Amino acid sequence: MIELDNIAYTYGGGELLSEISLKLAPGSFHFLTGPSGAGKTTFLKLCYGVLTPTAGRAMLFGQDVREMDRDDHALTRRRIGVVHQDCQFLNHLPVADNVALPLTVSGRDTLDQVANLKELLSWVGLGHRAGALPPELSGGERQRAALARAVIMSPEVVLADEPTGNVDWEMSQRLLQLLVELNRMGKTILIATHDMNLIRAAKHHVQARVLRISNRKLQLAGADL
Amino acid sequence: MSLKASISTIFMGDSQADRVVPPTGFTARLTLFAAATMAFLTVFALALSLASGRLAARWGDELAQSSTLRISAPAEQMEAQTEAALTVLQSTPGIASARALSDDEQRALLAPWFGPDLPVDGLPIPQLIEILEDDEGYDAAGLRLRLQAEVPGAVLDDHTRWRKPLERAAGRLRLLGWVAILLITATTGVMITLAANAALAANSQVIAVLRLIGARDTYIARAFVRRFTLRALLGATIGAGLGMLAMLLLPAAQDEGGFLTGLGFSGFGWVLPLIIPPLTGAVAFAATGAAARRVLAELA
Repeated sequence: MIELDNIAYTYGGGELLSEISLKLAPGSFHFLTGPSGAGKTTFLKLCYGVLTPTAGRAMLFGQDVREMDRDDHALTRRRIGVVHQDCQFLNHLPVADNVALPLTVSGRDTLDQVANLKELLSWVGLGHRAGALPPELSGGERQRAALARAVIMSPEVVLADEPTGNVDWEMSQRLLQLLVELNRMGKTILIATHDMNLIRAAKHHVQARVLRISNRKLQLAGADL
Repeated sequence: MSLKASISTIFMGDSQADRVVPPTGFTARLTLFAAATMAFLTVFALALSLASGRLAARWGDELAQSSTLRISAPAEQMEAQTEAALTVLQSTPGIASARALSDDEQRALLAPWFGPDLPVDGLPIPQLIEILEDDEGYDAAGLRLRLQAEVPGAVLDDHTRWRKPLERAAGRLRLLGWVAILLITATTGVMITLAANAALAANSQVIAVLRLIGARDTYIARAFVRRFTLRALLGATIGAGLGMLAMLLLPAAQDEGGFLTGLGFSGFGWVLPLIIPPLTGAVAFAATGAAARRVLAELA
């Protein structure tokens, strides 16, 4: 699925990540933590092929990232749902169209999928906000819309970068619940967060591994929660 | 995706995909105006080129296969020299016919300068002989030598010194018209490329989002190419239509007006401006496609 073998990443002459190895097993649930600026976002970008490691080997679904062309990257990203910290929407399109964008660009925006879209928006609690434009949404609504967009293609892996960074505790619990539900459906989940309370809260719902980036290296932060 | 499929997508469209790129009012109007203006100018360049071609052909046809022999001799020798010249001409290979112009015909030639009542009989006017060549033509240098020996007062004018510069001038004018069309086409491509580049650069964030969710570069490029191709096609259709209307309103071709009143289209020529809109669309398709591929590669 996603396999990093002793990778390093250097930017602007400085090594941001070093000697990192990780294999995400299907159906697993991981938290990635570490101080701000430790390289969590860079790590996630390496996991979905936006960045290429400067050393070592990153394999996405059996393909070496270095050997992938732009089309390969596009097809791979359809198998990995990503929730960005800043969500990244097309602000001129309503929420429903933004959520359906992965279907649109892959030519799968059929009537069945449109019905699924309504269900999906209801699942994340945005059924009543389908026609709103992204700038009109609150922080929590944006994160839930980004999550809906990340999973609409039924990807095998969901990567989330600080999904609860801009929302209150109640909303972060709701987002966590949605991610746990996805994991129960068999999706592999990797959440980058510095929020230890979120990780502690998760132990009541899911068995997760906690990884920590410290001094450019990846460490197992503790036993299973 | 094949070229055929790409072109099909341009016209069949994808309403959902069209909305992916945000509307850009300024570049839309710019592209439309540029395409319309260039198509309008192309109609005029085309008309100029076709009119020059017609002019060159007319001058060539009218003067190419005829010559004039002018005999200047004392009145008492004129008839004998004319007879001698006709004998020489009739025995010259390449000459289909030769005949001496009558007094009436010579008077008609001089009428524009001296009026219709000119007493040709009383004036020492040279005798003109009209020579018509056959398809192979005659040896002008050889004929001059024979005439020099047998008809000392004869001067052969094969129209070459008139015809060649006129044909050359008309040919250059026609070439100028085609060069103008090429330059207009290239400028259209440049303008649309600049507009497409501006639109792509302004939408780099949109491109980043589309890539993030798994859009292929061909999909992203197609959204831009379709938009610019259709705008250029619409602009060129308006411009070419207005250009043809302007041509239609030009005065009809008249002998007195010469080249200027013959500048419009005639017959099949009216079909040619209809090629301008699809040609502009093709230029926009190629220019935007190249711009999109370059920008997407830079953003990768």
